[in-house]
Amino acid sequence: MTPLLSIEHVSKAYDTTQALDDVSIEIQPNEFFALLGPSGCGKTTLLRSIAGFEDPDSGAISILGDDGTSMSLLSLPPNKRPVNLMFQSYALFPHMNVRKNIAYGLEREGLSRSEVDARVAEVLETVSLVDKAKARPAQLSGGQRQRVALARAIVKRPRLLLLDEPLSALDRKVRVEMQLELKRLQHEVGITFVVVTHDQEEAMSMADRIAVMHDGRVQQIADPVTLYSRPANVFVADFIGSGTLLPGEVSGDTFSALERRLPCNNASGVHGPAVLMLRPESVRVTPDDSDACLRGAVIETHFYGGSSITAIRVDGVEQPVVARSAGAPRYSMGEEVGLLWDADEAVVLAVGGSSETPP
Amino acid sequence: MSPSEKRISGRGATERRALSARAVFAGPGLLYVTLFMSLPLLLILVYSFFTRGRFGGIVWDFTLDNYGRAFEPVYLKVFGTSIVIAGITTLLALLLGYPTAYAITRLSPRWRTIALVLVVLPFWTNFLIRTYAWIILLNSEGPLNSALLDLGIIGAPLGLLYTPAAVVVGLLYAYLPLVVLPVYASIERVDRQLLEAASNLGASRIRTFVDVTLPLTLPGVMIGAIFVFVPSMGNFVVPELLGGGKTVMVGNLIRDQFLEARDWPFGSVLALFVVFLLVALFALQAAISRRINGKQVTRV
Repeated sequence: MTPLLSIEHVSKAYDTTQALDDVSIEIQPNEFFALLGPSGCGKTTLLRSIAGFEDPDSGAISILGDDGTSMSLLSLPPNKRPVNLMFQSYALFPHMNVRKNIAYGLEREGLSRSEVDARVAEVLETVSLVDKAKARPAQLSGGQRQRVALARAIVKRPRLLLLDEPLSALDRKVRVEMQLELKRLQHEVGITFVVVTHDQEEAMSMADRIAVMHDGRVQQIADPVTLYSRPANVFVADFIGSGTLLPGEVSGDTFSALERRLPCNNASGVHGPAVLMLRPESVRVTPDDSDACLRGAVIETHFYGGSSITAIRVDGVEQPVVARSAGAPRYSMGEEVGLLWDADEAVVLAVGGSSETPP
Repeated sequence: MSPSEKRISGRGATERRALSARAVFAGPGLLYVTLFMSLPLLLILVYSFFTRGRFGGIVWDFTLDNYGRAFEPVYLKVFGTSIVIAGITTLLALLLGYPTAYAITRLSPRWRTIALVLVVLPFWTNFLIRTYAWIILLNSEGPLNSALLDLGIIGAPLGLLYTPAAVVVGLLYAYLPLVVLPVYASIERVDRQLLEAASNLGASRIRTFVDVTLPLTLPGVMIGAIFVFVPSMGNFVVPELLGGGKTVMVGNLIRDQFLEARDWPFGSVLALFVVFLLVALFALQAAISRRINGKQVTRV
């Protein structure tokens, strides 16, 4: 499939920092794509480069045109790019009412008055703001402003909609609602979405694919399940979800730590110092430690209603191993227990140097 | 006392403390303004309803004649001239000051500070001296005329001095910084993301300026306009020195009523008119601010 947007070897440096370092990403038509990373990872710079508010030092960004040929975005000024951006602060014009804010982009296209009116009415319906058409942004709630900003961007029917931290300004409750809403809307309008976020839950729950970024580099591009279960490197394993990283060493095709061979999925691609990633739900705690992979003492238990978390201190390992199980905690503090996991669910990752993609 | 009552009285004490703190902060300034602004204003309000004394001062016979007199054609003409001259000055100040202010906001922080210092630099020299300098400059034997003569652009010296145009030039020179500063502040406050949003929606740079920057800086423009217009109306030094007394403005008229004609009540009426104009302009500015920002009132 021809990608809708291709970002090829894009780099951008500020005075002392490398904001983007040889970034290449392909985004497919109708995809819900997320750029995920901690603040300062370069995701916003990348988004702004696509929109035209930053000029990359090198590389190319091109988009599939209406006629099926690809056109370079970097040669176009921001107001000529077929890309719309929903700003983190929403950037609604305070001196215009909701209607005028939404109509603004259509008027710039030189559409007829009746066409503008019809399309604004339609999009107001889509975002359920018909009764707020005459309100000023200052009179709206955060969630309503977010919907106006979204309406203003999608009313232009861009091929690509960029969303910069679209939900970060909202209360937690509204945010969850809007996550579903955004997903539904993306499906409904059939526009390709690229969302920038630092919130992994947000990215995981909405996006079809996610690019995890760190220090200006793309660490991994994958669907949420793969990112979680098969992280490409230690950064991704640590950033996505929670879990334990057990330091050890690989020789041949076995991972060993604390002078034990531990079950794991794919040690063969790695040599030398490595870590074993264990997701909490993969670790089973057992009172009978005869066939356990590791042994330790319970140091903490937390009950979250439906499930509970048990932290186990293993001698010789700095970080406690965390296990999640259904129901109430079954072990008391200080109790000696055994830890078990399936080889398939434990991922070996190289430490430093090479970051080979696991299968 | 029930717990809820206790809580209420507790809050009352906090509020009282906050109130007294505010009084301490605002007190000295408030006192100064009351003594030296409000009281004289009250005084001229009172004067305006009484009769002039023979050698100045006031005779306490109530009358409304002073107000009637202000509408005589002679005085209306002075008001007209003042409004036209102050108006032209304001317009020119905005046309020159807005682009200057805009350019300053686009400088790097370091150059921005330097530029702002340069804008207020003229205030470091005495206003009278700076106005006298214009007499030398515009004079028929002054540098401007000699330069034009030497270049052969004109055959005989131009009568630049002692014209309404010279008055405008002098007022513009005096008050231009007062436009640059508030306009600068209002442009500086426009969220850059709004400009990016307009651009992202397809607006050219000019379109973005007209649709976003200009309307959002209108409150600042209004403040700048008031800062130029009102003191221009009241200025009597520039019309006298550069206008040669041929251009009579409200400021001259008021001064003459108090110092020459010794008609304090009538001078008071004229002064009140200027005050009223000022209040009306500020009310207009506030209304425009409110309109532009929707519900919330933003300070300029």
